[in-house]
Amino acid sequence: MTRIAVTVDGVKYADEVEPRMLLVHYLREQVGKTGTVVGCDTSNCGACTVHLDGRSVKSCSILAVQADGSEVTTIEGLAREGQLHPVQQAFHDNHALQCGFCTPGMIMQSIDLLGDNPDPDDAAVREGLEGNLCRCTGYQNIVKAVRDAADMMSSGAGPAAERVSPSSVAGGGR
Amino acid sequence: MIPASFDYVAPSSVEEALQALAQGGEEAKVLGGGQSLLPVLRMRLAAPTTVVDLRKLTELRGVRDEGDAIVIGSMTTHHDVTRDPLVAEHAELVVKTIRTVADPQIRHRGTFGGSLVHADPAGDLLAPAVALGAEMVIAGSSGRRTVPASEFFLDFFTTAVAPDEILVEVRIPKHTGWGSHYEKFNRVAQAWSIVAVAAAVRSEGGSIAEARVVLTNMGSTPIRATGVEQALVGQPASDEVIRAAAQHAAEGTSPMTDGNADGDYREHLARVLTGRAVAAAAGLAVQGG
Amino acid sequence: MTATAQPSANELGRSRKRKEDARLISGRTRWTDNISLPGMVHLAVLRSPVAHATIGSIEVEAAKQAPGVAAVFTGRDFADEQGSLPCAWPISSDMVAPQAPSLAVDRVNFAGEAVAVVAARSAAEAHDALELIEVDFDDLPVVLDMEAALADGADLVHPEQGTNRNALWVFDSAEVGTGGDVEDAIRDASDNGVVVRRRFRQQRLVPAFMEPRSVVMDPTGEQLTLWSATQVPHILRVMIAMTLGVPEHKVRVIAPDVGGGFGGKLQVTPEEIITFLVAQRLGKPAKWTESRSESLVSGHHGRDQIQDITICASRDGTVTGLKVELMADMGAYLRLVSPGIPILGAFMYNAIYKIPAYHFACTNVFTTKTPTDAYRGAGRPEATFAIERIMDELAVELGMEPLELRERNWIKHEEFPFTTVSTLTYDSGNYEAATARAKELFGYDGLRAEQRRRREAGDPVQLGIGISTFTEMCGLAPSRVLGSLSYAAGGWEHASIRMLPTGKVEVVTGSSPHGQGHETAWSQIVSDQLGVGFDDVEVLHGDTQSSHKGMDSYGSRSLTVGGIAVVKAAEKVVDKARKVAAHMLEASEDDLEYDRGRFTVRGTDKGTTVADVALAVFAAHDLPDGVEASLDSDATFDPENFSFPHGTHLCATEVDTETGHVTIRSYVCVDDVGTVVNPLIVEGQIHGGLAQGIAQALFEEAVYDEAGTLITGTLADYLVPSAVDLPNFVTDRTETPSTTNPLGVKGVGEAGTIASTPAVVNAVIDSVRHLGVRDVEMPCSPQTVWRAINAAQGRAKSVSEGYTDTAAGGGLGSVDASGGAR
Repeated sequence: MTRIAVTVDGVKYADEVEPRMLLVHYLREQVGKTGTVVGCDTSNCGACTVHLDGRSVKSCSILAVQADGSEVTTIEGLAREGQLHPVQQAFHDNHALQCGFCTPGMIMQSIDLLGDNPDPDDAAVREGLEGNLCRCTGYQNIVKAVRDAADMMSSGAGPAAERVSPSSVAGGGR
Repeated sequence: MIPASFDYVAPSSVEEALQALAQGGEEAKVLGGGQSLLPVLRMRLAAPTTVVDLRKLTELRGVRDEGDAIVIGSMTTHHDVTRDPLVAEHAELVVKTIRTVADPQIRHRGTFGGSLVHADPAGDLLAPAVALGAEMVIAGSSGRRTVPASEFFLDFFTTAVAPDEILVEVRIPKHTGWGSHYEKFNRVAQAWSIVAVAAAVRSEGGSIAEARVVLTNMGSTPIRATGVEQALVGQPASDEVIRAAAQHAAEGTSPMTDGNADGDYREHLARVLTGRAVAAAAGLAVQGG
Repeated sequence: MTATAQPSANELGRSRKRKEDARLISGRTRWTDNISLPGMVHLAVLRSPVAHATIGSIEVEAAKQAPGVAAVFTGRDFADEQGSLPCAWPISSDMVAPQAPSLAVDRVNFAGEAVAVVAARSAAEAHDALELIEVDFDDLPVVLDMEAALADGADLVHPEQGTNRNALWVFDSAEVGTGGDVEDAIRDASDNGVVVRRRFRQQRLVPAFMEPRSVVMDPTGEQLTLWSATQVPHILRVMIAMTLGVPEHKVRVIAPDVGGGFGGKLQVTPEEIITFLVAQRLGKPAKWTESRSESLVSGHHGRDQIQDITICASRDGTVTGLKVELMADMGAYLRLVSPGIPILGAFMYNAIYKIPAYHFACTNVFTTKTPTDAYRGAGRPEATFAIERIMDELAVELGMEPLELRERNWIKHEEFPFTTVSTLTYDSGNYEAATARAKELFGYDGLRAEQRRRREAGDPVQLGIGISTFTEMCGLAPSRVLGSLSYAAGGWEHASIRMLPTGKVEVVTGSSPHGQGHETAWSQIVSDQLGVGFDDVEVLHGDTQSSHKGMDSYGSRSLTVGGIAVVKAAEKVVDKARKVAAHMLEASEDDLEYDRGRFTVRGTDKGTTVADVALAVFAAHDLPDGVEASLDSDATFDPENFSFPHGTHLCATEVDTETGHVTIRSYVCVDDVGTVVNPLIVEGQIHGGLAQGIAQALFEEAVYDEAGTLITGTLADYLVPSAVDLPNFVTDRTETPSTTNPLGVKGVGEAGTIASTPAVVNAVIDSVRHLGVRDVEMPCSPQTVWRAINAAQGRAKSVSEGYTDTAAGGGLGSVDASGGAR
């Protein structure tokens, strides 16, 4: 067993883990963050995407021990004071989810891509999400949602953007 | 799936890492970013007894200028390499290639050195390393040695790095002002290359002064298309010249047949994609999809 | 009394954002794998690495001694109690139905079949112990090719059955009396018209729902409680009782949040039975969650048919006959509805056309591969593909514009209701309207002009247009029709409505959502019927304790059957409320008018609401004589007919003739799904359906090697498309209400998948037809397209020695004798 200290969604945890434990299993089983899910075993589907020290990663392809000393943000840590993150809101507004299994990973990756490119066109959104598979939506409403979120998060976009400023959420404002 | 059990160490220096590898013996495995290793461990296709994690070796991260070359630390992530101004200016081919590697999440974690040492023949970074004449700096218990990229890749998933050694950095001679392109062909965006072509071209007064063309996944290691290069050098950068030169692309290759493509189709692709890669590198408009 | 929102004037047809989303976008989800119970053991299943073998010894002692291991079981341990996995669709009285054990006992019949199970304290320890089990397999010959499997002297999957043929199912319009003799029609057309024959291959697909399957069984309560990532909790409960002999009332099944199904979770799985049995044996809760690679090899597959199609027509383009001869791969065993899947297609080959003579014959075949069963569309995509592909071929043969050929033969809007040659009565439709709108959105004539230009210019990238004018039968189904097809159950659906004293409403549905948005749509229906607020409706589902009765969700049946059951239950609530309202208003029932939750006395301003009546009934102080103190009502709806959505899909592809690479340039579809409850949800269903149909056309195939091993066993090899690989879709609707149900709704879940595959393949072929290509086998991978072009141009280089063909890359010979490509 190896001792690790990890901050998850703003809470500090110190745990003994087996070196072979995947970060996603640590999050789900030891920290109780079952919002993050496992969809494959070859890192193709992206359902397990979280932010590790501010960047999107596939938590099924990282050992928990590799996250020692790091900060992790999951889908469960996005909302601020009961307000959804603009990307969460946009997924709801644009019917960008059906079964919802890929959704946590999609949202976490969407936030990361908006951090890199605050005003992406359709092609840029699609490329930014190439590591996340969805079987329900055909992606069209996801693309729409990410662009809608970009509008909400852009400066001067009005009250929606002010609710959650990009710099206050993981993945934004880099 | 869950990996089999292993011992884990995260040394704080290259020396400590080498000691850990020596102690671990043949069954020890180096962990860089883990983006190639973790899926293999999860599927239990490999079961090392010891995993030596290089994450604390900050000296292996970053890019520096060494006069006629840039040096990329082996633990520098793909993402950081693409954002580095030195790489953009002196090894543009590397940036263009990395943008086609896997997906953003994997590029955030995966490391430059890790991809090279993994040496998957379909891996994208091997060809540009060969094309740009990179030199691999390998640390072992008896010190450091340098191996040129052309001698680094030995076979499928096999490099000059011995089990008790670590790739610490990669020196890439500056190719400032060269035109470059990486033409990747696959069936879906996140799939491995069926065939890909790395091309770098230095033009002088409308003709091609130097050319480097290297093929991905046309054999067990990256293959330099010397016939193509020879046919280009000294010629004007025209469609006709490039098309004729590209006909040499499959010479000396030994592509495999797998679920995505048969060998003869790969040979055909090598010719078509070489034409497109060289044309793009030379700044010509490219037809086709 | 709590506040209740006023209903909007028009709840039906409104793009309500989904109620379901709140928990799904915030990670407050209840997937089966999230469930953890005290003392729970984790299961890992050992699977056969070989396709066909007898099982010699199985050595499990070392695994039993491994750290954390509670127990190890093999098929022999469960042989007396595991029964045979159910097949509910014996399509013929002489159907061959081999025993289907959950854990293999003496023989394995496909690679991936479950052989042993380990129960341990942790999933990791369970997987560790799997590696310590030694199984002695004695290889048997594999059976992979359907034609070879049917030949005399073929190696047999189930030697004790004496044949690899599961069943033969035939429909003939001359015998049934709905049309002429197709052989006469073909003979006649050979002399005076046109006959076109083609062989199409429906490659094997994997449903690839995003949530891997998971099962938790808790044996510690009075009821044995099973959570499962299933589409069919109600069917599962009955089948567990019937398969294992467990009293039905002692079993409770819960489908919590379920992450997609697409038919792939319409199953009673070996792992559900295994988990149930292990938990019972150990007296402890047990959980099994599959990995993706496990899912790909052991969850049921879909499609996998060889289709021999003959169509004949007179020279003016009037179709005179259609003959369909199928072979359908069942895989190694019959699962829940395996044999019936290709038969569902029997009624759809004639599609939207008036075809005077029709013959259909399907031979189901066993092979040593993963069993096949329902996958989105289930029999109808195969039928639609075949007819829409061959209509294009017929158009070429006749020198007709393919849309004109279709229009010449389709049922005109004024001809509905129309009884087809395959006995179905289409109640409504307007193919002209949908096609006209699609052509307009697509810019059909402009694209045809561009195609001509690019052909003339010899552009290396060629443009093609693909058409699919489709219909489908959905809303499974009228019980009497299912009965006539020997399906073991009915096709009704149940709903009940509970009126709460505060004016809120609970709706219990027997439909079982797994991503569709039932909670939202059912709330809209109830809001509309009872005049309560959208947010004042709670929809309960997926737990046999609260929703005791149901037939679950598949076959685009939820709205057309389950939704109508909700309407019927609401009507009963109103009927009950009317008596009480009349009493409260001191009026005669006949004088009451009802509109969206409000009763008014005709010609006065006196009135009351259903919610007020609910409170009065709760108090029960002053009810009319003989009236029960409850408005709660339930209904079981069984439709008299299917519904028949239709539409016109147009696809433009660009084919790089140098590499064979296909790009979808534009995709337009105009669907008619009748009255729409929620346009947002309908559009989402269309998008997702399109993605899966396009994926069949271009990307996906489950490929086996010559040893019978699945070589597309991970998501790195089985190519599910990402956002980069799919285009933007242009969607629109026409609205011809169904006349078979009171809302006028049809189904929408499968439409996109059924329609899109032939549109794409037709476009690919149209892109390169001028180069001589007459067919391209699915999936239209770059290599397949490139070889088709090469073969057609007669400059195919002979495959040099040292290269061996593989099915995934090259494909088997598709095609007709006339030299179509591979």
